[in-house]
Amino acid sequence: MHSVSVKDLSLSFGPVEVLQKLDIDINDGEFLVLLGSSGCGKSTLLNCIAGLLDITDGQIFIKGRNVTWDEPSQRGIGMVFQSYALYPQMSVEGNLSFGLKNAKMPAAEISKRVGRAAEILQIGPLLKRKPAALSGGQRQRVAIGRALVRDVDVFLFDEPLSNLDAKLRADLRVELKQLHRQLKNTMIYVTHDQVEAMTLADRIAIMRDGSIQQLAKPDEIYNRPVNRYVADFIGSPSMNFMQGSIGAKGLTIGDVTLSIDGYKSATKLAKDDVIVGVRPEHVATGNDVADAVYCTKVTADLLEPMGADTLVWTKFAGHEMRFRMDGQVRLEEGQEVEIGLSPENLHLFDKVTEERL
Amino acid sequence: MADLAFKDACGPRPKKAFTLPNFIIYTTLTLLAIYYLAPLYVMIVTSLKTMPEVRLGNVFSLPQEVTIEPWIKAWATACTGLNCDGLSRGFWNSVQILVPSVVLSIAVASVNGYALAFWRFKGANLLFTILLFGAFIPYQVMLYPIVMILRDIGLYGDVWGLVIVHSIFGMPILTLLFRNYFSSLPEELFKAARVDGAGFWRILIRVLLPMSAPIVVVAIILQVTGIWNDFLFGVVYTRPESYPMTVQLNNIVNSTFGEKEYNVNMAATILTGLVPLVVYFVSGKLFVRGIAAGAVKG
Ligand SMILES: Nc1ncnc2c1ncn2[C@@H]1O[C@H](COP(=O)(O)OP(=O)(O)O)[C@@H](O)[C@H]1O
Ligand SMILES: [Mg+2]
Repeated sequence: MHSVSVKDLSLSFGPVEVLQKLDIDINDGEFLVLLGSSGCGKSTLLNCIAGLLDITDGQIFIKGRNVTWDEPSQRGIGMVFQSYALYPQMSVEGNLSFGLKNAKMPAAEISKRVGRAAEILQIGPLLKRKPAALSGGQRQRVAIGRALVRDVDVFLFDEPLSNLDAKLRADLRVELKQLHRQLKNTMIYVTHDQVEAMTLADRIAIMRDGSIQQLAKPDEIYNRPVNRYVADFIGSPSMNFMQGSIGAKGLTIGDVTLSIDGYKSATKLAKDDVIVGVRPEHVATGNDVADAVYCTKVTADLLEPMGADTLVWTKFAGHEMRFRMDGQVRLEEGQEVEIGLSPENLHLFDKVTEERL
Repeated sequence: MADLAFKDACGPRPKKAFTLPNFIIYTTLTLLAIYYLAPLYVMIVTSLKTMPEVRLGNVFSLPQEVTIEPWIKAWATACTGLNCDGLSRGFWNSVQILVPSVVLSIAVASVNGYALAFWRFKGANLLFTILLFGAFIPYQVMLYPIVMILRDIGLYGDVWGLVIVHSIFGMPILTLLFRNYFSSLPEELFKAARVDGAGFWRILIRVLLPMSAPIVVVAIILQVTGIWNDFLFGVVYTRPESYPMTVQLNNIVNSTFGEKEYNVNMAATILTGLVPLVVYFVSGKLFVRGIAAGAVKG
């Protein structure tokens, strides 16, 4: 049985179609990340699942029950918001117990649950404080606690970490992952940060303009993006794209021709113009060049040292290209470097539809 | 050279000495302050003079012999055409009109504003537009129709009739005030409360109203001053025995027996203005903050 199923869901604000016929099935205990750039409809989808927005068409099932017209509190979901949305006039304890009091739960049970949530999230000493007296990370824990005490089936997170500074974000990311291991709840997590998505997700749904481009495991999305948009979106620094064409001798990019025998294509490759993608980290350098199918020398036009790696900007076959080198290798701008390409590391997309070939 | 330049400018910025623009600004401000405060000064000194001294006609001179007799008379014994118990009667009438009007209008307007800001029901915008339109209808147009309505429901001449009238006329501006304030609160807070299972009333009472102190203060000030200073509705919709303080003041000042007692009239006028004045002084700062909070987002 699926934990959450969204069937044929559409939502319009007046004439604007924000979500278009979405279908998603989320497994029990799965951590699903909705990833997409700002304004693509991630929060809207999450709000629909939560019941905070009335949908235009379609159905939503949670734990096999049709909840399309249920109130948010009856859906067995808990939600954590980007702005934390803690009730400012209530103490942490008041914030945690508000939902339980609304459900008219006996006081003993409330204090038991609040105690347990406080223990899991390590916010016991903060229970008497007001939200204003908490740090950003502590506030976010309380916001998670508010969902936790209600003992819900599904956790919904709307960019819960994006108001925190980078270091804290990384820490809380790990904590969230551990929390998921511990609770084993279904979690739906909205973010525009691909690092969060890759590290947390069991599966990622890449959204664009209210539709889902690809719904797959993180490594599948990274290694076999279904179209150019996904390929461009995932990976940092992002993929290099070049114009190419497939002919009898293989793939031609500008004045370069290389064999594509090792390329695992979805369909039989026809002789046609294509878009060639290669990730900066998949351009072979140093000792790896020897194993590459095609190798050549290029000039390092510009260097961006990043510590562990150095990003090198160059021209390859008439196209701007970036590739990654070991940060320890000494290199000067203007110097020549040997690089290599292999067909299994290339991504080919149809020039017109931009779909993966 | 470089060091010297460094040393030249160090520490706190030196205070600008007396400059011409400053002189002009402060002179203007002082003159304006005097202009606005002069009538108050005249009222206060006159109210503390005896009648023989008032007759001398030196309105700006300080009293030679300070007396509080006029104040006592204004409060307790001054006569209107009908009775001779001064302003005290009008004061208590005004309080009886003011308190329920303020409470009722704010209670209703806060619910209106809340519903318009968060529960976007069908026709909400139309309703809001109509309500705003109500703010521009001149009172005079409504005066007589309301008399007829109040008579029909049996509240004409009753204090409660006036309370209802005040509440209705305060509604457009108060609703606007509350709606804008609530719209400026984060919507996620409202969503969180819904996920937590709170309904329409619980969200308002437990979550939103506790954070609405600034706007409630603004609403109280607007209503207290507006209703306290009202004359027209008071005179039209109540009977003489329940006239509010402003009407009572008018009747005392305009009573035609004997000579005009300017000292008593001045004292009576200050007494009548005291309530709004106190409200402003006590809550001026909160008022500005509340207006600003409501004005940020429309
Ligand atoms: N209440 C609303 N009325 C009209 N348009 C809205 C409303 N809420 C969101 N939108 C639009 O829907 C789109 C998706 O918004 P949202 O789901 O918030 O995006 P995000 O992926 O950044 O979370 C945006 O283009 C936004 O302008
Ligand atoms: Mg969003």
